[in-house]
Amino acid sequence: MSTSSQPLALSAGTPHNRSLSAQILDVTGLDPARCYQCGKCSAGCPMASEMDLKTHEIIRLLQLDMRERLLASESIWMCLTCETCTTRCPNVFDPAAVIDALREIVLRENPGLVPRRISAFHSAFLDQIRANGRVFEFGLVASYKLRSGALFADVDSVPGMLARGKLALAPRRIEAIQDIRRIFEQCAMERPR
Amino acid sequence: MRNGEAAMKVGYFPGCSLHATAREYEESLKAIAPALDLQLEEIRDWACCGATSAHSTNHLLSVALPARTLVLAARQNLDRVFAPCAACYNRLASAQHAIEHDKKVASQVESILGASFGHPIGVLSIAQLLSEMTDRIRSKAIVPLKELKVACYYGCLLVRPPEICRFDDPEAPTSLESIVTAAGAVPVKWDKALECCGGGFSLSRTASVVRLGRSILRSAKDSGAQALIVACPMCHSNLDFRQRAINRSAGDDRPMPVLFISQLVGLSMGLDPVRLGLNRHFVNPQPFLSTISAGRVEHREQA
Repeated sequence: MSTSSQPLALSAGTPHNRSLSAQILDVTGLDPARCYQCGKCSAGCPMASEMDLKTHEIIRLLQLDMRERLLASESIWMCLTCETCTTRCPNVFDPAAVIDALREIVLRENPGLVPRRISAFHSAFLDQIRANGRVFEFGLVASYKLRSGALFADVDSVPGMLARGKLALAPRRIEAIQDIRRIFEQCAMERPR
Repeated sequence: MRNGEAAMKVGYFPGCSLHATAREYEESLKAIAPALDLQLEEIRDWACCGATSAHSTNHLLSVALPARTLVLAARQNLDRVFAPCAACYNRLASAQHAIEHDKKVASQVESILGASFGHPIGVLSIAQLLSEMTDRIRSKAIVPLKELKVACYYGCLLVRPPEICRFDDPEAPTSLESIVTAAGAVPVKWDKALECCGGGFSLSRTASVVRLGRSILRSAKDSGAQALIVACPMCHSNLDFRQRAINRSAGDDRPMPVLFISQLVGLSMGLDPVRLGLNRHFVNPQPFLSTISAGRVEHREQA
């Protein structure tokens, strides 16, 4: 079932005051026990070929409360939220929402597990919103490069973007930027590294 | 259906991309709106919807950011808001859905915003908006598109998930086909219309975007389509800007022009291709434009 060499074991969950399923139920209202492992989610997943854990395996580890193995998997960061799994689930479960909730748990409990480029992108993106209320794409790309270390990726595309008028050169801040700062503060935003 | 009625006014949420990398999407929307008697009233001081980065990291933030925009829309006495970007549309529609169906989140967000929600806002994708106007599109289509074959690409979020979109069929949609048909083009049958383009992974997992784009473009080309029609700035960027890398990785140098659906509608109205922003594409649209005698654009080859 999994490509990993570690066998699945019912006792593999680590001691924690609450099961992962209970946490997920609490934040999403979705009960992981609904999943009966038909595999339809993984069959339609556009990222399945790159994932070490397929979507139905992610849900299985969740049911088995294999917290450490699941939360350390890069697969939960590969979900594109294309909603194919959620649309097709025959038992009205919502894997895409559950994966979002798992990511939020990783960020809160162990942000070091987030793959660097993914973390760099989300940090750069949210910083744009926090600073200006909108995403200034030139700033996003520059900030992403610094955070991810991918300094030279796409550098050759800048002249083409400029020639097509596709890069704004200065950010435009919204008037009520204090609204946005308040939203970030109140959402107790725990920033990815 | 509102076909045939007088001027229609909708709230307009351009989103961040339409002011930068997808400028041509906004240019083409503003070019076709008067001919369709469509009034786009921009939401004053709108902010980013939060996109993938908000919903991947903080659920409350992913509702609160678009919810602020919905509150602003209600204050502007708008009943419906049109979000041309499929991802913005999904975030706004998901926020509206949460406000109506998740009391706990709704009250948390009201307290975060320090504002209460006004009347419910109908959030519209471009597929929904233009589907309501197919009669007008048909009557304004003065330039014969000469049975131009196009592949309509929905990507992920135009019709999924169904309980958020409540529009069209999530597995076999037809709305884009009805719009391009009204404009005089011929939609082809193909099998990648609903596959994901890689969305927000353009920077952080470019190889995944190239892999996904390869299968989408191959299917569109094999179907005999002369252009790919999209309705999302991320889909456009991943399939137009990234097309050179995709074609190289596939060993396939057949270019596939990628047009926003508003650009195709504009061409059918006889609008100048430059006004529709076709000069801003990375894949040279000139051979395609010449096919339908739609004038010329100055095209720069990608460096």
